Amino acid sequence: MIKRRLIPVLYIKNGFIVRSEGFSYHHNIGNVIAEAGRYNGWDVDELIYIDISREKNYDLRRDDYNVNSYNSIGAIISEISKVCFMPLTFGGGIRTIDDVSFRIQNGADKVTLNTGAFENPKLITQVAEKYGSQAMVISVDYKIIDGKPVVFTDFGQKNTGKLVYDWTKECENLGAGEIFLNSVDRDGKANGYDTETIGKVVASTKLPVVACGGAGSPEDFVDLAKKTNVSAIAAGNIFHFTELSYPNAKILLKKEGLNFR
Amino acid sequence: MIGIINYGVGNLTSVKNSLDFLNIPNAVTDRPEEINNFDKIILPGVGAFGAAMEKLNNFGFADKIKNFANAGKPVLGICLGMQLLFDESREYGHHKGLGLIKGRVLPFSEKVKSLPLPQIGWNNITKENASPLLENIEDNSSFYFVHSFYCKPKNQDLVTASSDYGIKFAAVIHEKNIFGCQFHPEKSQSAGLQILKNFNDL
Repeated sequence: MIKRRLIPVLYIKNGFIVRSEGFSYHHNIGNVIAEAGRYNGWDVDELIYIDISREKNYDLRRDDYNVNSYNSIGAIISEISKVCFMPLTFGGGIRTIDDVSFRIQNGADKVTLNTGAFENPKLITQVAEKYGSQAMVISVDYKIIDGKPVVFTDFGQKNTGKLVYDWTKECENLGAGEIFLNSVDRDGKANGYDTETIGKVVASTKLPVVACGGAGSPEDFVDLAKKTNVSAIAAGNIFHFTELSYPNAKILLKKEGLNFR
Repeated sequence: MIGIINYGVGNLTSVKNSLDFLNIPNAVTDRPEEINNFDKIILPGVGAFGAAMEKLNNFGFADKIKNFANAGKPVLGICLGMQLLFDESREYGHHKGLGLIKGRVLPFSEKVKSLPLPQIGWNNITKENASPLLENIEDNSSFYFVHSFYCKPKNQDLVTASSDYGIKFAAVIHEKNIFGCQFHPEKSQSAGLQILKNFNDL
């Protein structure tokens, strides 16, 4: 039987891994390639990288890190995939099928599209037809407005007025293979997952749902896994700031009788 | 020396990186005329069946791979690469495959109604028949799967390991010098690397 996944999400800004809060505050916490090696050592199920650089200018040079400068996203993906023997999803700034091909050719297994898919839904079908729907992950950022989850694009800043369920259904019909659902309200707040919305989205789609936003402790993973049928649980900050938080979370989930690897 | 077939779709980098990590001599090739320089070939695959088969034909690989296999040299198909070894697939229409393994590639969606599709994630395998590809792999090990279609060989004895996703399906197949795994060994951490090592050790 298929296992549920626990996935660290790494936000990259100008070549650095950053901590994210409310989609606006970003704090540098390390070199992108050094961090990938660390997660591989923990035997993680998968990694999701989201490039949140506004200007596509990558510079990994820093006095305290003994690494070369990688000045393109292709080099970053390629270096990561040399130390990653687990699935790698890459997102951020993808607007064309060429952007997708470039990432996959450099070592990404899947791509995740957010604003690019919302502005040009045909791109979803193009990716699905070229690489298979399993490589086409839709990233959905949402905020609760008047009690309902509404899709936001452009780094969580633009209200699309569209309900999450309607958009995910469209994406499913267009050929998307997975939904990466992210609560903007909970990003970096460490106050637990939005289990209510996540549960409703899972129930509304045939696609596997990866839920993100709000993890403050390993008990939050257990809570989400028990209350909803999410296929995967993703988190960012918790894995950066608590040593061994990943392997310890896995031990806890299995102890609770949940079907994780 | 293992040749990794580059036919313009799919993720070759991760296959190459994992072989490099294991210190297994390998090279990526997009030139069909080079294929006979290799002892073994890997046909990787992330992508859609129809597009992939079209590319294999356009690159001039399809016949070369068939000749390579028919000469008794080992071939390993990974994920879509495994599916391409079969007679035909029903992914986005009907498409002819390489026809090295008798059987068809079918959509989960016809049989699996209550599970998300595609199957994305780690699933455990059950050993069915002995195969050198499964040396030092414990029964019930987990591997990483990403697919909406599954292979159904005409001869079920070719299935050396199965897995379950609503229905039982072929996770690993083996017929003479031809091998396939539906999961991605290059993405399955240490158990996956063992599969690649086993293929090299054949």
